[in-house]
Amino acid sequence: MKHIKVIHKGNLCDNEAIFLSGCGECQASCQSACKTSCTVANQVCQKEKE
Amino acid sequence: MVRPMVHAFQIWGTKMVLDVNSGSVFEVDDLVYDVLKFYEELSPEDVIAKLKEKYAESEIEEAIEELDILKAQGLLFSGANLDPAVELLNEKKYVKALCLNVAHDCNLRCRYCFASKGHYDGARQLMSKEVAKNAIDFLLQRSGGLKNLEVDFFGGEPLMAFDTIKYVVSYARSLEDKYNKKFHFTVTTNCLLLDDEIMDYLHKNMDNIVMSLDGRKMVNDRMRVRADGSGSYDRVVSNIKKLVALRKRDGKDYYVRGTFTKYNLDFAKDVIHMADLGFEEISIEPVVGKEGDFLIDEGDLETVYRQYDEIAREYIKRKTSGENPFRFYHFNIDIYKGPCLQKRLSACGAGREYLAVTPDGEIYPCHQFIGKREFVLGDVFEKTLDEDVIKKLKDTHVLAKPDCVSCWAKFFCSGGCSANNYEMNGDLNLPNKISCSLQKKRIEYALYLAVKAGMQSEKNRLLC
Ligand code: SF4
Ligand code: SF4
Repeated sequence: MKHIKVIHKGNLCDNEAIFLSGCGECQASCQSACKTSCTVANQVCQKEKE
Repeated sequence: MVRPMVHAFQIWGTKMVLDVNSGSVFEVDDLVYDVLKFYEELSPEDVIAKLKEKYAESEIEEAIEELDILKAQGLLFSGANLDPAVELLNEKKYVKALCLNVAHDCNLRCRYCFASKGHYDGARQLMSKEVAKNAIDFLLQRSGGLKNLEVDFFGGEPLMAFDTIKYVVSYARSLEDKYNKKFHFTVTTNCLLLDDEIMDYLHKNMDNIVMSLDGRKMVNDRMRVRADGSGSYDRVVSNIKKLVALRKRDGKDYYVRGTFTKYNLDFAKDVIHMADLGFEEISIEPVVGKEGDFLIDEGDLETVYRQYDEIAREYIKRKTSGENPFRFYHFNIDIYKGPCLQKRLSACGAGREYLAVTPDGEIYPCHQFIGKREFVLGDVFEKTLDEDVIKKLKDTHVLAKPDCVSCWAKFFCSGGCSANNYEMNGDLNLPNKISCSLQKKRIEYALYLAVKAGMQSEKNRLLC
């Protein structure tokens, strides 16, 4: 493409992605200022980690 | 259904587009950036009519065509039906993380402390081994088939209850094999009590150590003071240096985290200061609260945005030169393989998968709810949870928050902090406008850095 450069093709909300997601093993993520505070998007998938 | 949404933004002349529901990211030229302003509302002919003074017609047509292709592929303006995802979320019942407030006491009197200088408006108190044991038993009982469990030692200052911490770690570890669990421990400390023995212990046993420091000495010592009013910087910095050296040596996680207030709206300098001290994992957060001369208001936003700009510039400069590089927590977003959708919907999971326990064994949705009696869930001895309180927290996922549903940042932010929403607005689901503005600005920079990182060869990646 001449005008658009694709950086990432996502599938976050695809049906398949919905049913594959949510194993619940990744780190809990408090977003408050007093903690390891984070936007959830900072988190790493535990499956990817292992 | 969530409606299709794109967010177009620019940083330092680089124009980017995020497709909110798919998570796709694009870099675009000026033309596409302009076309996108009208693309959804107007017909191609009308888009051309709007822009033909500035661009050649054929070029505009080309741009529209490219957008059409991406749209047809579901990469732009993608819709989504997330009802099944919310249903799946609601089926989840397991607890995976406990914040153990082992000490409702503190050896500092930080002026902005949300915990009323450490004791959460209650008695100054440390957690007994008996409470701690029951808390771990409760977690094991409630964790279902989850393997990875978390215990975060928090306070007040948790190291004031160091014996309890040691007890919890050995007790929990002794049960790992039997129950097929893996415990991950973290501690958030002000670092005053660290000595060689404690450091060595924490380094061996904690998966992550969060150390509090606000940056430059004058900034830190204005807010983070002892009971006698004296500043904590000198003592704390030498301790953090030692502990960070251990963590770096063995490649273990840590953060040096601070809070910025109205008194250091130039907090980029504090980040730089911490990086110059050799700390590579840095986070600095806006102060939250309802009262105080140190709070940030709407009028400060532009100044705060400029700080994020400066931090991003410094971040790139140092990554490129290799001189005292650092990671800024809010910029660590991996657009390629971030967390799954469920995680993005459920966010912190306070009151669902994440709970907090007070020194006397009461259970709350999270540490920030402690002291708000209407949120007491139960206690670790009874091990039952109040269904009414569970219900209050059940619908705090990002799609239950009306402002968030229409926000482009929802799958990165996940709806902010419900406790903070409640404190500020009296409603768990009503986000705080200032937090939202800052959150969105940080995410834009994070996306920019991710876009630039993607363009580097592996060896020179801007992000690690
Ligand atoms: S409600 Fe706020 S303070 Fe509590 S766990 Fe969630 S993000 Fe953290
Ligand atoms: S809390 Fe604010 S920034 Fe976050 S998703 Fe909701 S509206 Fe957007």
